Amino acid sequence: MTVGDDELWLDDDAGPLVRPYTVTSGRTRPAVDLDLLSLVVATGPPPASLDPEHAAALDLCRTPTSVAEVAAHLRLPVAVAKVLLADLVHWRALTTRAPRPTADLTDRDLLEKLLDGLQRA
Amino acid sequence: MVYNEPDEVFPTQVKILIAGGFGVGKTTFVGAASEIEPLNTEELITAASVGIDNLGGVEQKTTTTVALDFGRITIEQHGIVLYLFGTPGQQRFWFMWDELCAGALGAVVLADTRRLEACFEAVDFFENRGTPFIVAVNEFDGAFRYTAEEVRAALELDPRVPIVLCDARDRGSATSVLRALIRHLLAAVPAPSA
Repeated sequence: MTVGDDELWLDDDAGPLVRPYTVTSGRTRPAVDLDLLSLVVATGPPPASLDPEHAAALDLCRTPTSVAEVAAHLRLPVAVAKVLLADLVHWRALTTRAPRPTADLTDRDLLEKLLDGLQRA
Repeated sequence: MVYNEPDEVFPTQVKILIAGGFGVGKTTFVGAASEIEPLNTEELITAASVGIDNLGGVEQKTTTTVALDFGRITIEQHGIVLYLFGTPGQQRFWFMWDELCAGALGAVVLADTRRLEACFEAVDFFENRGTPFIVAVNEFDGAFRYTAEEVRAALELDPRVPIVLCDARDRGSATSVLRALIRHLLAAVPAPSA
């Protein structure tokens, strides 16, 4: 979604030129369930024939990245980013892992590692 | 969905919520603690409408867009990424936010002693939901300083809920609040049996 020099008279304040759900062809439900903190990572080189929105999303996932971060960097609502990412998962261009289930969050080992890490932060 | 990826590719992700009333310094806190510039996106939430709009007890669903601020702390040596989510400032929105709360490790309720009542809803919400939390009093310039016990009395807080003082603008102070929350969580986890 790069803007050519001759189009710079429209700055960010103008808001998105493309309505958010246009990039999802009007779909609001992702094909794969994704959480805000689901991690997505590219499986390899990008497929040849991606439209710019999917390519931009995939480009952000070279290392494991959360859905929330992809949405923020794309400057799209989370719900829209989820649709794009779910397409990429469906096309096997991305793999995903759901966040840890809540039950794990009373994990003493995890909490001690967190405390240790925050002491050095 | 693919779950069988090797673990070394995916770090463990945990989230902590930063809650409190409007203008209490949540975004400032997230920004101070985060290693990245706080990110902002929008989330669509669907929630049963609450309040005066309900006619005759009819369950209504409304969809609303809320702004979402978040930051990140990577603990590389342990393969953990900690996300800090500032809950939406408008009180009528944030407590509807189930997806954000699901799986959260715990919460920090930021309080401003000039407007303590602004954090009542956050305290009530986490108490009712059973989400562990601590209260961090953001010490604004010019605000009268209250003792932790005075704040506890005003909030009618369970004696087991820690209250800490902080400066939300200061990285070290914000991080120490997060450590206080983790210690609070650790205290609730049974010690490993020998």
